[in-house]
Amino acid sequence: MSRDLSDVIGRVLPAPENHLSAEHLEQARKARRSFMGKALAMGAGVAASATAATRAVAAEGEDAILKLPEHTTGLGLPVVTDGYGKPSKWEANLQRRQSPGLTRVNQASVSFTPLQGLFGIITPSGLHFERHHQGWWDIDPSKHRLMVNGLVKRERVFTMDDLMRLPSVSRIHFIECGANTATEWGNVAVPTVQYTHGMISCSEFTGVLLSTLLEMCGIDKKKAKYVLAEGADGSSMTRTIDIERAMDDVIVAWGMNGEMLRPENGYPLRLVVPGIQGVSWVKYLRRIEVGDEKYATKDEAVHYIDHMPDGTHRQYTGIQECKSVITTPSAGQTLLDKGFYNVTGLAWSGRGAIKRVDVSVDGGRNWRTARLEGPVLPKAMTRFNIDWVWDGKPAILQSRAIDSTGYVQPKINQLRAVRGTRSVYHQNAIQSWLVSENGEVSNVQVY
Amino acid sequence: MNIDFRNSIRVAVAGLALTALSASVLAQSKPWHDIGRDATPAEVKAWDIDVRPDFKGLPAGAGSVQLGEEVWMAKCSSCHGDFGESNEVFTPIIGGTTKKDIETGRVAALVEGAPSTAPQKTTMMKVATVSTLWDYINRAMPWNAPKSLKADEVYGVVAYLLSLAEVVPGDFVLSDKNIAEVQKRMPNRNGMVFYEPMWKVNGKGDVQNVACMKDCPTEMKIRSSLPDFARDAHGNILEQNRVIGPVRGADTTKPAPKGPVGSAPAPKAVVVAAAAGGAADVKAKLASNACTACHGVTNKIVGPGFNEIAAKHKGKTDLVSYLAGKIKSGGSGVYGAVPMPPQPQVSDADAKAIAEWIAGGAK
Repeated sequence: MSRDLSDVIGRVLPAPENHLSAEHLEQARKARRSFMGKALAMGAGVAASATAATRAVAAEGEDAILKLPEHTTGLGLPVVTDGYGKPSKWEANLQRRQSPGLTRVNQASVSFTPLQGLFGIITPSGLHFERHHQGWWDIDPSKHRLMVNGLVKRERVFTMDDLMRLPSVSRIHFIECGANTATEWGNVAVPTVQYTHGMISCSEFTGVLLSTLLEMCGIDKKKAKYVLAEGADGSSMTRTIDIERAMDDVIVAWGMNGEMLRPENGYPLRLVVPGIQGVSWVKYLRRIEVGDEKYATKDEAVHYIDHMPDGTHRQYTGIQECKSVITTPSAGQTLLDKGFYNVTGLAWSGRGAIKRVDVSVDGGRNWRTARLEGPVLPKAMTRFNIDWVWDGKPAILQSRAIDSTGYVQPKINQLRAVRGTRSVYHQNAIQSWLVSENGEVSNVQVY
Repeated sequence: MNIDFRNSIRVAVAGLALTALSASVLAQSKPWHDIGRDATPAEVKAWDIDVRPDFKGLPAGAGSVQLGEEVWMAKCSSCHGDFGESNEVFTPIIGGTTKKDIETGRVAALVEGAPSTAPQKTTMMKVATVSTLWDYINRAMPWNAPKSLKADEVYGVVAYLLSLAEVVPGDFVLSDKNIAEVQKRMPNRNGMVFYEPMWKVNGKGDVQNVACMKDCPTEMKIRSSLPDFARDAHGNILEQNRVIGPVRGADTTKPAPKGPVGSAPAPKAVVVAAAAGGAADVKAKLASNACTACHGVTNKIVGPGFNEIAAKHKGKTDLVSYLAGKIKSGGSGVYGAVPMPPQPQVSDADAKAIAEWIAGGAK
C-alpha cells in the first residue's frame, strides 16, 4: 500500500528567474512544453537534468497555485469527524518502531520515538517510547489503588479519586531509558537517531508530589532512607529510590500532556522521577514502601548496572547525565541540496538545566555555540538550533551539551577509557553524523 | 450533588476527629491531610511482597532442588531451557561461573580481557544477592502467570537454579533458615560497587570532557560506521521520515547514490505506515467486537470470510453504509441459512471503519 507522493508533494527549488540566463530560460520553456501538465508538479523525484524545468515552472507559476485544488474549491469535512483527532495521514511515516533483533519477546521489548521528525521539546503522547517488562495493560482506574506502607505512622490506601483531589503540580521532564544509545558502546550498530537515541521522551506530567503523600502518611524521617516503588502489572516492577529524591521532586502522576497517561505509559498512575533513568518511573504504580535498606530488585541487581573494566558492576547508578544529539540533519536522512540548513537537536541533563550547546561540523575540530530555544527547564529536554551552510563537501556534525553544573558531555573514547567496552547503560557520548557528498547522512564514530 | 454533600460531611467529621487528636494544626494548614484511608493488615500483607537482601519480607518455607526441578520442567524450561542456559527467548540464567568464583565471591570472567566462560553474561554471573532471585521469581514468574507460585515452590526453583550453578548440592533443601548461609556462596556476591556520584543528583560524574572551541584535539577519522549489508536492516528509512521539509529519508532499499548531491534523483516521498496502521486498527476492532469468532479474514467460520463479503459486493454503490448497517442490525439469507444477529455493541465509528475496510478488499 505504499503511495508515491512525488506528484503531490512538490519541492520547489527557490530560484528567481533573474538568476537564470536567457539560454537557461529558453531551455526550460522547451522542457516545460514537453512535460506539460505532469512535469509542473514534479517534486522530489526530479532528476538534476530537470532542474531547469522546475525552475522554469517557478518562473511561469506552478500548478499548485494556478490550478485551484479541490480543498480550495470544495466543501471540507464537518466537526467531530473524529472525536479524538489524529495526525494528518501525510505524517504516518513517523511511528514508534522496534529495532529488529534487539529483543525476542514483544512483551519485554522497546519501541523508539521518531526523534528525527519531532519539533520543540514535547513528545506527542502517541509517539512516547515504550518499554514494557511483561506486557502492558489498560487498567480500570476506578479499581486502581495506591498503598503507602513501611516506615510511616499511618499505612494508607488511596483511590484515584483521592489522589486527584490532592494539591497537584504540572512539570515538564524528560524520561530516558538507562539503555538509550546502548547499541553504540562498541561500534555503530543502528541507522538512525530513532534507534540510537529514541528511548527518550519529554512530557508535561501532572500529579501529586510524593513528598505530600509521605507527609500525609507520617513518614518516619529519622529512619527512612529509601522508598521502594512497585507496579501493579505482572512484572510488578520495583526500584529503590533514595529518600532525598523522594522528598524532593518525585511526582505520583496521572496526567501527561494535558490528558491522562496513555496505557502504554502506565495509565492511570506512574511515578515521575526527574533526572533518573526511566526504569525507576514505575508504571501502574500500586505501592510505595518506606524503608531503611536498599532493595536490590532484579532491575537494579542484574540489569541497569554498569559493567566496569575490573569486572565489578556499579549498582544503583540511575542518573541520566548531560547529553545531546542533532535530530536534523541526522543519520538516515538525505540533504536535497547544498546551501542553508537549520541544524536542530535536543539536549538534556538529569542533574539540572542545559546551560549551553556547541555544534561542530568538522568532526569536533571547531565549535560554535547554538541558540537555545525556550523554555530551558531543569531535567527537561531543551531544543537547540544553529545556522549552517553546506558546501557539498563531506562534513561531520556533532553536538556537545553543558549543563548547569558545568559538566561537559563526553566523547565515546573518554567514556570507554573509564568504563570499558562491555558496559550497556548510561552511554551519553557525543554523537557524530557524517554528511556525505551525495547528501546522505550516516551514523559514524569520530573522536 | 450527593457526592459533594457526602464529601463535605466526611471532611467535617474528619476535622472533628483530628481536633480530638489535637492534630488540628495539620488539618488547618494542610486540609487534605486525611484524604485516603488506613490500609488493613490483610491488604498490606497481600501487596507487601518484596524481599530485601537482609531477608526482611521473606516468608517462612522450604523447597528442595527436586521440587524446584519439577516446577521448572513444568513452568519455566520452555522459555529458559532445561538447565536455565537457553538463549532462545530470554538471556541465559545459568553459566559462566566457577567453583573459584564461589570461593572468592567475584566472577572472574567479568574482568575485561579475561577468558570468556559463557557466550554472554548470565544472570548468575551478575546477581550478587540471592534475595533478588527469590523476590523476582515470586513477583513476576512464570512469565504468563506471575505470582502463581507458592512460597515453597519459589524456594524450590531458587534451589534448583543454585544447584545448576553448583552453589548448592543436588539434594539441597533451601529454606528461610539457611538462605543467609547460601548468600555467602553467591559467585558474584562481592562484585557490586555502590557508586554514589551516579546515585545522587548533585554528584559529580566520573567522565568529563572540556569545552574546547577552536582547533580542538580530534582524530577526524571515522572509527566505525554502519556496514553496507546493514543498510536496510531497519527497513526502508525513506518510509520513516516526513515527506516534506529540508530532508528526506534515505532510500535504503537501494545502494547509496554515487555522485554528489543533486546528480541523481532525490528519493521520492512515500507514506506507508498509514495503510498498515489502519488495517491493524481494524483487526483490533474485529477482535474486540468478537467479529472474528464467526468470520475469518480469508475463510468462512460460521459466517462468510471478510474476503468473500468484499468479493460479493465489489463495485456496489453505498457499500460502506450497507455493510455498516448489516453489522449493526444483522441480517440473514445473503450467505445461507445461518442468520447474523444484530451487533449493538459495535459503535457507529467501529462499524464504519470495519465496513470501509471490507469495502476496500478486506486486506
